[in-house]
Amino acid sequence: MDDGLQDVPQARIELRGISKHFGEGSTRVDALVDIELTVGAGEIIGLLGPSGSGKSTLLNVIGCVSEPDAGWMRLDGELVYDTRWLRADRRRLRLTKIGFIFQTHNLLPFLNATENVAEVMELAGLSRHQARMSANALLDYLEVGHRRQAFPGEMSGGEAQRVAIARALANNPRIILADEPTAPLDSARAHIVMDLLSRIAKDHQAAVLVVTHDEAIFQRFDRLVSLRDGRLVAT
Amino acid sequence: MNLAFRDIRRNRLRFALTVLGVGMLLGVVIAMTGIYEGALTDALALPRGEHAALWVVQPRTFGPFAEPSRIPRDTRDLIRRMPGVAAAGAVTFQTVQSTTAAGRPVRLYLEGYEPGRPGGPPPLVAGHGLTESHYQVVVDASSHLKLGTRVLLGPYRDPYTVVGLTHGMVSSAGEPLAWVNLLDAQALQFDVPPALERRERAAGRTPPTTTDVNAVLVRLEPGVSALSVAHDISRWKHLAAVPEAREETYLTLFVIQKMQKQLGMFMTILTAVSAVIIALIIYTLTMDKVRSIATLKFIGAPDRTIVGLIVQQALTIGIMGYGIGLALIVLGKAYFPRRVQLEPFDLAVVLLIVIVVCLAGSVLSIRAALKVDPAEALASG
Repeated sequence: MDDGLQDVPQARIELRGISKHFGEGSTRVDALVDIELTVGAGEIIGLLGPSGSGKSTLLNVIGCVSEPDAGWMRLDGELVYDTRWLRADRRRLRLTKIGFIFQTHNLLPFLNATENVAEVMELAGLSRHQARMSANALLDYLEVGHRRQAFPGEMSGGEAQRVAIARALANNPRIILADEPTAPLDSARAHIVMDLLSRIAKDHQAAVLVVTHDEAIFQRFDRLVSLRDGRLVAT
Repeated sequence: MNLAFRDIRRNRLRFALTVLGVGMLLGVVIAMTGIYEGALTDALALPRGEHAALWVVQPRTFGPFAEPSRIPRDTRDLIRRMPGVAAAGAVTFQTVQSTTAAGRPVRLYLEGYEPGRPGGPPPLVAGHGLTESHYQVVVDASSHLKLGTRVLLGPYRDPYTVVGLTHGMVSSAGEPLAWVNLLDAQALQFDVPPALERRERAAGRTPPTTTDVNAVLVRLEPGVSALSVAHDISRWKHLAAVPEAREETYLTLFVIQKMQKQLGMFMTILTAVSAVIIALIIYTLTMDKVRSIATLKFIGAPDRTIVGLIVQQALTIGIMGYGIGLALIVLGKAYFPRRVQLEPFDLAVVLLIVIVVCLAGSVLSIRAALKVDPAEALASG
């Protein structure tokens, strides 16, 4: 059993008493209830749960997109929420400290592979030249460098997902949040993606939190935590 | 990285067609300004071409371009003898509808003048001026009449031979100008058929006399004040003298102003239509990118990146459309039936309006984009 609360020396994600609800009265839905979760550096955690259990809400909360109702949250050692947001520029926080991998790669369709990755670096302040160089290096690292000029519509699902992972890594984030990254992939490609995420967790000492339904990759996680009706439960 | 141009690059054809459509619309707006300036130039070509300091006209009238003005022809001699007057010439103006000898319909704005006195055509581009007392005409090339063509004028369809051509001389209504000898013009304007003359006399009325003219043009000696001479002339109760500048003002005020308002209304409507179309296009382009905008927000792009994406696309559509519209009109203005005169100031104003319209058109899209929830990036699909 794992309730998500571990004694992790280098905690990248720490959530204590995090709750979140939608609606009021008869329409009230408790999306997250008293969540306690710690993910350490280099750790890769699987987040399980049926549809509507609160997985996306939890990613939105950790990603500082959605505001919790209670509790506190520390990201990469910085207390960012304690019953209210303590950091005003949460987009900057996402840009520099958090990498996102979406279920359907969500690459910008009008940018090629290099530009999709470089854009995030430019937003963080890198020069265009530096951003392009680093983006190409990342694409090579993820073995998709040969597709750097390709647009998302011209890539296979696996290629697009690797480019999306490269984008998530663009600013060397300490936290990586992945929303079912293997869902659109076949089994072989799903394992390649998980290999990459494991490698990234170790190489970059990042905390990787992966929402998944794919039982075939459960054994690839250091830990599994499960959400049911907004509560972390035994797995 | 410029996201706006990257998006445009990816949707070249769609964008090109959009810009072409906006360009054609803006081309109409630019053409309207050119038509107005052209009409103004056309209208002022005649009074300015006379190089007269004063126009002597019927009292309590605004001159021959604004309303009928009739004064005796011997007014010219009266004026000529005044101190400070260098030259004076009697003129008449009228519109004639006629045909060539070959039967082609011709509509001309005819000036009768006295060769050698103020009045008459500007320097000719072909042929020569009037060399005989009767039945010669100088016309503007826009009439498409050739040298030697015979034009049938007046109630008796007397044949007038085209002996000279001018260029760019049309009336405020766009009719080509033509010049004939004053005596011919008086006959054309005031002569009535014998039967009508008899009827007028039987009724105790005086038929129009061919000794009347519409105005007398006055040139002054150097250093002589036009206002002072005008004041002296106006002391005769049967005459009024209007300085050239005021005659131009009357022309623009009474003859051109309605056209200006008409074109102004058209331009306002077209600008409003352009604004709505640009706003709709930008809104559609933005709504097509909702998921990309949500993703950009989710990964941490600041609002200015998203606003920049929208505004740059709007301005690109507007400015490129303006360029295409301008190019279309520059290339096509020679085919317009009337003068299209593009003035740098007008073009700058239209460009400024286009920029304002684009920025205003972006507001709706920016509001929609800023409302996009970054959490939408997590939604599957």
